[in-house]
Amino acid sequence: MDLSFVVIQILTGLASASSLFIIASGLTLVFGVTRIVNFAHGSLYMLGAYFAATIISRLLDLHYGPVSFWCGVLLAALGVGALGVVMEVVLLRRIYRAPELFQLLATFGVVLIVQDVVLKVFGPQDILGPRAPGLRAPVEILGRRFPSYELVMIAAGPTVLGLLWLLLRKTRFGVLVRAATQDREMVGALGVNQRLLFTGTLFLGAFLAGLGGALQIPKSPATPRMDLDIIAEAFVVTVIGGMGSIPGAFLAAIMIGQLQAFGILIFPKVTLVLVFLLMALVLVVRPYGLLGRPEGPAPAHAAAFNGAPRPWGPTERRIALGTVAALALLPLAGDAYLLKVATEILILGLLAFSLHFLVGTGGLVSFGHAAYFGLGAYGAALACKHLSLPMELALPLAPIAAALGAAVVGFFVVRLSGIYLAMLTLAAAQILYAVAFQWVEVTGGDNGLVGIWPSSWASDRTIYYYLTLAFSVAAIAALRHAIYAPFGYSLRATRDSELRADAIGIDVRQQRWLSFILAGSAAGLAGGLYVFLKGSIDPSALGIPVSVDALTMLLLGGLQTVMGPVVGAAVLHGLKDQIMPLTDLWRLFLGCSIIVLVLLFPNGLVGAYEALRLSSTATKGAASARRREPDGAQSRPRAPLEALARSRASGAGGETSKADETV
Amino acid sequence: MSLLDVHGLTKAFGGVVAARDVTFSVAPGELVALIGPNGAGKTTTFNMVGGQLAPDKGEVRLAGEDVTHLPPREKFRRGVGRTFQIAQTFLSMTAAENVQMALMSRHGEARALRPPAGRRHREEALAALERVGMAGTADQPCAMLAYGDVKRVELAIALAGEPKLLLMDEPTAGMAPRERAALMTLAATIARERNIGVLFTEHDMGAVFGHADRILVLVRGEVITSGRPDEVRADPRVREAYLGETGAAVAMRATQKRA
Repeated sequence: MDLSFVVIQILTGLASASSLFIIASGLTLVFGVTRIVNFAHGSLYMLGAYFAATIISRLLDLHYGPVSFWCGVLLAALGVGALGVVMEVVLLRRIYRAPELFQLLATFGVVLIVQDVVLKVFGPQDILGPRAPGLRAPVEILGRRFPSYELVMIAAGPTVLGLLWLLLRKTRFGVLVRAATQDREMVGALGVNQRLLFTGTLFLGAFLAGLGGALQIPKSPATPRMDLDIIAEAFVVTVIGGMGSIPGAFLAAIMIGQLQAFGILIFPKVTLVLVFLLMALVLVVRPYGLLGRPEGPAPAHAAAFNGAPRPWGPTERRIALGTVAALALLPLAGDAYLLKVATEILILGLLAFSLHFLVGTGGLVSFGHAAYFGLGAYGAALACKHLSLPMELALPLAPIAAALGAAVVGFFVVRLSGIYLAMLTLAAAQILYAVAFQWVEVTGGDNGLVGIWPSSWASDRTIYYYLTLAFSVAAIAALRHAIYAPFGYSLRATRDSELRADAIGIDVRQQRWLSFILAGSAAGLAGGLYVFLKGSIDPSALGIPVSVDALTMLLLGGLQTVMGPVVGAAVLHGLKDQIMPLTDLWRLFLGCSIIVLVLLFPNGLVGAYEALRLSSTATKGAASARRREPDGAQSRPRAPLEALARSRASGAGGETSKADETV
Repeated sequence: MSLLDVHGLTKAFGGVVAARDVTFSVAPGELVALIGPNGAGKTTTFNMVGGQLAPDKGEVRLAGEDVTHLPPREKFRRGVGRTFQIAQTFLSMTAAENVQMALMSRHGEARALRPPAGRRHREEALAALERVGMAGTADQPCAMLAYGDVKRVELAIALAGEPKLLLMDEPTAGMAPRERAALMTLAATIARERNIGVLFTEHDMGAVFGHADRILVLVRGEVITSGRPDEVRADPRVREAYLGETGAAVAMRATQKRA
């Protein structure tokens, strides 16, 4: 490795660092002011690329020259900035006080919508953008050729940093942005027009995303998949730098850029893994990133999950028994297709239930639950393929593999909280995705592993259905048992008050870690059942969409309920099965549904059922509970969304009246 | 031998020394008040004794054992109960379940997998709630209780661990005046009955001079004096530096009432 080569690698690293920084600075700016992690930031970046590819070509047709090119870049970024304003006014404005899970899901809804809209408008094929006039010829550096456009990119990062610095230091808007990043409540209390400030911030954030997308168009084409690729990296940069810190993002971008430039020489297969490992390490040493500040005590409205598992009454018991009986009789219908869908629903129901154990009971917003599903699936598949184990031996390996994975990830995760926890779980899933994708010799890479079938006795659809039914129902019942047992109470105690749990002798981290392992192994079992159903597995089982699907099932079923996730799984998968063949706009539909759910029905379907049931029996209790509310700070409804608060008040009131009756 | 021995506790945040060389002890059954103006380092000292904060220097001994660097959960096992300035309870659980949770933990059942948890130690929890005057609301979720009641539940939780030492950080903060006096009297009575040593901080001078056996005065992170309430009241440094004329008058009235 001679000097000139090293210099070129450094320059390449700096160029990609610049590009990463421009994107991440927008994300971190928006987070700093609004406290929303904007999943759709990657979509804005993608739109920037598409806009630039289209606009610049037109402008260059009119007049060929650098002026047209750079005007096009600017126009594309401005256009994306305007879309950011639309997004703020239509969606974000309504969820500033919502729990972070809802915020993440709602902005992911935007991701889904944009994906389908982009496919409709720009088509599925990659769009090659024009190259920059005047910068087409490479320059020679130490005897090696280096693209001159990359030199411009290297300058672009520090330029944007400098302009942002000027904007934040020298303008009134900048002062307000910095003040809001420090203490949002205070800025509001001082009478600042927050609406304008937030809208302005979103414009700037989206503009930066669009600029990032537009600037890379001479280097690589606009593709429909670039949104999720870039958002993962942008998350990593902002998390390493410290959420909300622009200098931190710059520092982190340079680290990541260099890590990628040199990592590719040493471990060509695992550059993605290296990036996420760096993030995990930084978070363990500095849980708030390099230049981030600890988040203050979580604001009251962040307590999204304060549901308590209520024991089943006779009605619920009848419904549960009836459902299991109906499921057991389902094969009599003789509909092979129905049986396949039902098997899938059972598997997804188990996946959603295991996630809900963490999110609902534990308050641990795991955003990468696909990791354990995928680990289980790959664990069983690899045992089957490489060790030639039969299903009877390979299937039990699924929960074990997932439990081991969850133990490793959980070790890091339980040290964090809030948005950092969500980001690290997401990163863990992305690491595994990258491994499955890049380690072709073992995992089969993109194509995955095929020909993983059940043993002959279980290969019949009906038999396999019964096998899945038995495992899923048993695992769900076991997890439900744990929720009502002291184990689940302890986990809920750590969710309700870490301080109190610690002060009465509960080891908070260990309790969470064990719960992570338990939930992970259940998800792994679901993965194992899935792989033998499908006969194959590929990296998509570990992807973000699987994690988001599982979270959507929770949301659909109702976060405050115990059985909600299973209902959510049935409804979501049922809908998918019915609607997907009819339209090529499934993601658009799903995205809109998620947003509607977050905005209008944050309690989900089972939550609605509970509210209905309680309102008929507990009017008196609810009324007395409401009268109590103004007494003290603690009894204020802590819910973010009014609907949530309202139904909670009546829910808790219902318990009161029930207790009164028994007394 | 004293129950709690605190020696030379020091903690600095950045350049600000929040506690410097704090030394004191608490005997079984003794009520010790830690007072001082805002920012004097009361809560810092408290959190170092409770294990929520690691001291830079100094040591904390419980019945002779060095527990300086033990986390709160280990201190709980050694007989330390604690209430917080802002009451910390499990809001999704009923008052009874809150106490039951502490009892399950004390009996080493916190990770048991056999439901239902709601029936474990219920009688004992109800008795504990009865003792703090909360028997009537045992099955109400904590989120629905008035703040004063939450504070009582928190006291019941802290007592459920059968503590030898009870740490109460501003036990009456945020409560109505009449509730305050009642809660303080309740806590003091229970502590004397069960021979529990109590360390508490308080802004309410009535509560301090009415119940404490001994008072430590903390100013700018340092203990400037300590002694019996009448000694502290008579100490000119306290009068001038901390209490002022009004505080001294309140203290006088409270002692008279107690006598």
